Amino acid sequence: MKRLMSGNEAMAEGAIQAGCTFYAGYPITPQNEIPAYMSVRMPEIGREFIQAESELAAINMVYGAAAAGARAMTSSSSPGFSLKQEGISYIAGAELPAVLINVMRGGPGLGNIAPAQSDYFQAVKGGGHGDYHCIVLAPSVAQEAYETMGLAFDLADIYRNPVIVLADGMLGQVMEPVQLKSQIPNPKSKVNKPWTLTGCAGREPNIVKSFFLKEGELEKANIILQKKYRLIQQKEQRWEGSFLDDAKIILVAYGTMARIAKAALHSLRADGKKVGLIRPITLWPFPQKVFAHTASAKKKFLAIEMSYGQMVEDVRLAVNGKSVVEFLGRSGGGIPTEKDIINKIKKL
Amino acid sequence: MMEKVFSRPRSLRDIPTHYCPGCGHGIVHRLIAEVVDELGIREKVIGVAPVGCAVVAYDYWDFDCSEAAHGRALAVATAIKRVRPQNIVFTYQGDGDLAAIGTGETIHAANRGENLTVIFINNAIYGMTGGQMAPTTLLGQKTVTTQKGRDAKCQGYPLNVSEMLAPLSGVKYVQRCSLSSAQEVLKTKKAIVQAFRNQIDNIGFSLVEILSPCPTYWSMSPRQSLDWIRDVMAKEFPLGRLK
Repeated sequence: MKRLMSGNEAMAEGAIQAGCTFYAGYPITPQNEIPAYMSVRMPEIGREFIQAESELAAINMVYGAAAAGARAMTSSSSPGFSLKQEGISYIAGAELPAVLINVMRGGPGLGNIAPAQSDYFQAVKGGGHGDYHCIVLAPSVAQEAYETMGLAFDLADIYRNPVIVLADGMLGQVMEPVQLKSQIPNPKSKVNKPWTLTGCAGREPNIVKSFFLKEGELEKANIILQKKYRLIQQKEQRWEGSFLDDAKIILVAYGTMARIAKAALHSLRADGKKVGLIRPITLWPFPQKVFAHTASAKKKFLAIEMSYGQMVEDVRLAVNGKSVVEFLGRSGGGIPTEKDIINKIKKL
Repeated sequence: MMEKVFSRPRSLRDIPTHYCPGCGHGIVHRLIAEVVDELGIREKVIGVAPVGCAVVAYDYWDFDCSEAAHGRALAVATAIKRVRPQNIVFTYQGDGDLAAIGTGETIHAANRGENLTVIFINNAIYGMTGGQMAPTTLLGQKTVTTQKGRDAKCQGYPLNVSEMLAPLSGVKYVQRCSLSSAQEVLKTKKAIVQAFRNQIDNIGFSLVEILSPCPTYWSMSPRQSLDWIRDVMAKEFPLGRLK
């Protein structure tokens, strides 16, 4: 069944298909279609929807729901997502699975409601306090946004880790036909969760916490987290590569920006230009493997972002000096166009 | 054969607490453990501990518990109860947690009428961080951050949270108690029983405020602290049932 829906609605329906049993959120543009959709669909199928009194309450409700064993999710947009950072740090510290959507808009401060990608650092480098990482997924079109939700919930459960779906206002608002699955599967997780709070019948009490006051305990807990992050970096790098074999110039872009970069790629290819594209699907872990493979002195990379240069730093780290890395970016409501990209390529 | 008539509750672990001499937390921890045992809900109960002196309450209770970020206990508890309505969920919060940083979560969980039990420890001071002013600090009371005494012109007035919450339609039971004497401790236990019973019977949001001594940061002996609750604190925060 195909249905015309916004990227926001596609992510909401994707979450329901993925077995999301608990949603809490607070309104903010441009992601309001998500709570609106969830407020109708979740009660229809016997699941929980709460419009929280603030982003702080919403993220801490997600913490509680995850602790109680639910597949829990919240969504927000940039200023609201900033407010959730403390809670995300607690979720990471207590090793709870949760899915968090950020439909990015322009900043800093209240900024505006136009699409942007300027929360990349916040998503992939931490955002909250402490040494932690969220897994970060970056869908590019509504169909992928719908499908990525299943992966998000599975990765959250498998690694007991928060997963951010990093979208932008364009992807959230775009209306596209989305191919939907015909049945809603059983919301059961694919992994056992013996650590959840259920009441201590027939077992020792479970404690969900991120507090380790005694000497040496917190360091031990951190080492366990770091081992987990290394495993995720080894196993979960995802990307889409186009024309990498013969490309002399490789575009690097994610989300909506990758969609525009693809249009430029096809125009340039039609003109005989040897251009390729790497579209990171996971922003953390960053897909370093594909860069290690493709980087050489004969190639140039062009990172393109709806920001003033955030992902480009990870591209430079991954390329590690083997190729020149150029940058093209706009933000605050401006989006690099297909023409901007073509003009930039011609100057390289 | 001697009959054993008094012992440590099953729900309280047999380990020493970190609390100062004369502190009220140990008494209330024990009361909760006794009530959980007597109501037969140890295997169904889920506690939510605060940030503050009682941050490691879960080390002392012998049942499932969650930590919550400072002030967010009622958001965490709301979600646990919604996900697991068959469990009995309570929060244990101090005056900073419930009435300063968490005021928003407190009012809105109460106003939604969440079927939860709230144990609110009011000792008019911040203990964990070293004796700073609490929202419930009395006028004239000296703290680390009000060294000349709380002055209404600069720091406003003590916040009477229970009086504020009682009129809300979602709130079903509010009782203020104290630990100033053995008699008052027994009354406190009765109120805690009621607040848990209400949840078991699906009656709704129930809160017990407990005036509790902090001899360390009141700069008093434990005995003086109990008298101060009776003679001074209970004048600002009158005991009894508010709803």
